[in-house]
Amino acid sequence: MEIKTEDYSIWYDSTTSTVNCQGSLRLSGMDEYAPIVQLLNDVAEEEPPIITLNLRELEFLNSSGISMLSKFVIKVRQKKTIEIVVIGSKGIPWQGKSLKNLQRLMPSLKLELES
Amino acid sequence: MTQIFGDFIEYLPAGPEYLIIGFSPSSVPLKQRWRNNGLSADFLADYLATFFPTVESDRTTIDRKAEIRSAVSYIANELLENAMKFNDETSDYPISIRLQLQRDKLVFSIANSIPPRAVSKFQAYIQELTTSDPGELYIRQLEKNAADETLTTSGLGLLTMVNDYMAKIGWKFETVQKNPEVITVTTMVQLTV
Repeated sequence: MEIKTEDYSIWYDSTTSTVNCQGSLRLSGMDEYAPIVQLLNDVAEEEPPIITLNLRELEFLNSSGISMLSKFVIKVRQKKTIEIVVIGSKGIPWQGKSLKNLQRLMPSLKLELES
Repeated sequence: MTQIFGDFIEYLPAGPEYLIIGFSPSSVPLKQRWRNNGLSADFLADYLATFFPTVESDRTTIDRKAEIRSAVSYIANELLENAMKFNDETSDYPISIRLQLQRDKLVFSIANSIPPRAVSKFQAYIQELTTSDPGELYIRQLEKNAADETLTTSGLGLLTMVNDYMAKIGWKFETVQKNPEVITVTTMVQLTV
C-alpha cells in the first residue's frame, strides 16, 4: 500500500505494521484525503496488535490532515484490540504542539517525539 | 454596518515590518490554485524568520526560529485555506493576507468576502469558539468529525490556532457594498513571540 506524490508519500510496511508519512500534507478537505483514509482503514481492518505511525519526516500537516489522523485514532480505539504508537520528531515544531491531542482521544496511545 | 467579535484590534499601530499578499478571484478560480496557499504561507514564514537571527552556539535561538517559522506557516496556511473556501464566489472583492511584526507579537490579518447567507452560521460558530473551553471544544469537534462521514470541512483550523498555538483571534464583519450586497470579514490572529 503506497501513495506517492511530489509533495508527500505514505506507505505501509506490513512486516513492522508501520504507516510511514513523509513530506507536506496540505490537501483541501476530506474528499482529497479519501485515498489516505482508505489506506489507513485497510491497515486497521487487518487488526495487527500494534500499529506504528511514523511521522518523523512529516514536515507539515494542515487541519484537515489533523482531522484525518484523529479519525483514524478513534477508529482504532473503537476496535479495542489494537495499540497505537506515534513516532514524531522534536525538530518539527507542529508535532510537539498538535500530536498530544491524539492522546486525549486515546489515552493508551504512545507518543514518542525523538530528538 | 460593522460588527466586531473576539480579540480584534481595530486601529493597529503600523509596525515597521509587514508584508501583504493579495489574490484576485477573477484571474484563476481560487479553488484551482489550492497549492498557492502552502507556497504563500511558506513564503510568509521564511520571510519573517529572517527577523529572528540565530547564533550557532545557542541552541535556543535555533529552536525559536524553527518554532516561529513553523507557527507562521501553519497559521497563514489555515487562514488562506479558510479564505479560499468560504470566499463569496460571486464577488470580485480581493483576498488579502497581511503579516505584521510587532515588538512582542505577530499579527495576521486576512480579509475576504463572505456570502451574506453564510454570515449568521459563521457568527454562531464564532460565538461557540469564543465562549467555550478550547480544549474541550477541540476534542468534541474531533469526535464529531469521526462520527459524521458527510462532513467536508474539519472545523479545526481556528480551533487549532487557539488550542495548540495559544493564539488570540478576532473578527470584523463589514458591509462594503449594497445592491448587490457584499460583506467582508477580516480575521485577525495574534501570536505572542
